Amino acid sequence: MKDYLPILIVFIFVLGFAVTNIVLSHVIGRRKDTRAKLMPYECGMDPVGSAHQRFSVKFYLVAMLFILFDIEAIFLLPWAVVFRSLITTLSRSFVFIEMMAFIAVLFVGYVYVWKKGLFEWTRG
Amino acid sequence: MEIIHLLFLAFAALAVVAAFNVILQRNPIYSAIGLIVVLCSLAALFLTLNAQFIAAIQIIVYAGAIMVLFVFVIMLLNVREEEARTDRQKYLKLLAVPLFVALLAEVVVVIRYVNATPPAIPNPNTVSDPATSLGTVESLARGMFTDYVLPFEATSVLILMAIVGAMYLARRESPAEVERIEQALAADSAAETGADGSPHA
Amino acid sequence: MSSVLNSIDIQYVLGSLIKIALFWVFIMITVAYMVYAERRVLAVMQNRLGPNRVGWQGLLQPFADLIKFIFKEDIIPLSVNKVLYIVAPVVVLVPAMMVLIVYPFGPRSAPLPGGEMLSNMLNNLGNSLGYDWALDLRHVNLFVTNFNVGLLYIFALTSLGVYGIVIAGWASNSKYSLLGGLRSSAQMISYELALSLSVVAILIPAGTLDLVKIVEGQGGTWFGFIPKWNVLALFPAGIIAFIVYLISAIAETNRVPFDLPEAETELVAGFHTEYSALKFALFFMAEYVNMTTVSVLAAAVFLGGWQGPLVGSYPWLGFVWFIAKVFFFLFLYIWLRGTLPRFRYDQLMNFGWKILLPAALVNIVLAAVLGVIFL
Repeated sequence: MKDYLPILIVFIFVLGFAVTNIVLSHVIGRRKDTRAKLMPYECGMDPVGSAHQRFSVKFYLVAMLFILFDIEAIFLLPWAVVFRSLITTLSRSFVFIEMMAFIAVLFVGYVYVWKKGLFEWTRG
Repeated sequence: MEIIHLLFLAFAALAVVAAFNVILQRNPIYSAIGLIVVLCSLAALFLTLNAQFIAAIQIIVYAGAIMVLFVFVIMLLNVREEEARTDRQKYLKLLAVPLFVALLAEVVVVIRYVNATPPAIPNPNTVSDPATSLGTVESLARGMFTDYVLPFEATSVLILMAIVGAMYLARRESPAEVERIEQALAADSAAETGADGSPHA
Repeated sequence: MSSVLNSIDIQYVLGSLIKIALFWVFIMITVAYMVYAERRVLAVMQNRLGPNRVGWQGLLQPFADLIKFIFKEDIIPLSVNKVLYIVAPVVVLVPAMMVLIVYPFGPRSAPLPGGEMLSNMLNNLGNSLGYDWALDLRHVNLFVTNFNVGLLYIFALTSLGVYGIVIAGWASNSKYSLLGGLRSSAQMISYELALSLSVVAILIPAGTLDLVKIVEGQGGTWFGFIPKWNVLALFPAGIIAFIVYLISAIAETNRVPFDLPEAETELVAGFHTEYSALKFALFFMAEYVNMTTVSVLAAAVFLGGWQGPLVGSYPWLGFVWFIAKVFFFLFLYIWLRGTLPRFRYDQLMNFGWKILLPAALVNIVLAAVLGVIFL
């Protein structure tokens, strides 16, 4: 487990650096507030309406599909790692076919999503 | 007690504190951030238990993918701070108590009566073959792609179902349906504006 | 409590800390001069001079910029969510920089010049403080640490970097910031898929997720003259994987031609529009550190990392090879920026989902077929 200890060390180190920067900027930088400075930037105009509006449902769909394909990638990574050692101990076709079946099923899903038009970003 | 136990306790405490933050915050975005902290400290817990692969997956899938969706939804649906309003479903609060007790009892039972011998954690000071040592990608993958092929293949079908489900959720409603929903929403917002006097712009 | 203290390997902790600090300084200098190089090279490409006033040929420009950042006014607009607004730059920078512990800068146990003297000095110091130290610094590993899930560690931290951007965009409460943050995060998660899937094809010949071991596996040559780099393994699967990786890496770091999140002609500066002074500098740093990280991965996973001629006899030469490869990719970023126009957003999303993702998947199948035949 010793090899993992530097994760904690580097976390503390980098966090310290980042926080120092934030504090430094706050302490050293001169502050002179004016009305225009404290407004959100909108090309020199007074902001119109709220910035928080509703957005296309596609963003959620992209996030959802990302989860699903990410999980697929998570299964593929360990398979690729042991591929070399498994084909010497098991039958070659078994190692190959078990993952091809997995990819094939998900490819059906991918084609379905494509046909449903999710990747047509310009269509509403 | 060794440093690794201390780290375990520290991250466990962090997880619990962050979990309380999730349920006690009124602003949903703070709750979501609390949940991300919970998931990250769980990953750290896995790491102290020598489950390296699971720890990485915990971050990649839960903190890095699923929570992104949560945060997207909260930010983009413009969910506002939850207001202190009278609960419509009071019985849910009462239900929480017995459910919590049941869960607690379950944990106690598991700890007391299930005495499986924990697998020996390899000595960190000796370099061992990753294929045979516990918790590595290699040992996990070997199990998954030899002894547990069927559950693994079943997972692909599960993901496929999820894909179809996601697409169904986002399907385009028929015009009549859209009108019905819009009317319902308008009625709802009118009722809320009347209730607390301030319009939800 | 004392048993806890005893269980901590102080030598190891201190050693890691010193290495982290050294490599961190190296990365910071790289980042600073990357910015300078970008300005100069772009200037040459556009037939102008670029910054050449501060110091000889403008070489002190990064320090002038740093001083400027420190003394700039730290504006916090009134409409922002103050806590999240301040936290966001930290959330972006910390995961970006945490990656440096697995950078494989060079081979294991390279001889350290003056290492014997240094270890004697430190041991004497430790003994005089009452510790029983037996440091041996005659040979050092040219990386901080390596572990079984090194590559996943990088992927995990990259996936956490999204939050800082989303939070910054949302907390700023400005239209440009929100749009930029949203675009940026949707783009990052879309290309993250192609990025991790492209690496899968390479893992089939490499057989490990440990970056140091991946590089070690690429030593030697085929037929005596072709280097055994993964990019050439299982030909042509390695090359396809490399191309897919490179494209998605550039998109993942939001750079030209995929720099839509900060398309200045439409979004001002994207998610960091409302940031100034050192907070802005943190975003800037994180972007360049991320560029370094994907370049490091490209060099280590595909192009043999520190492997190269004469590394066997002179381990420190490995460090030079590695840095040369990384700098090549960093130069590529600048070159692309001087050359290519920007994608349109729908083109960008279509490209990621319709071309790169299936290409990466098909390439995995190809690599598996070739692997079954040849490995």
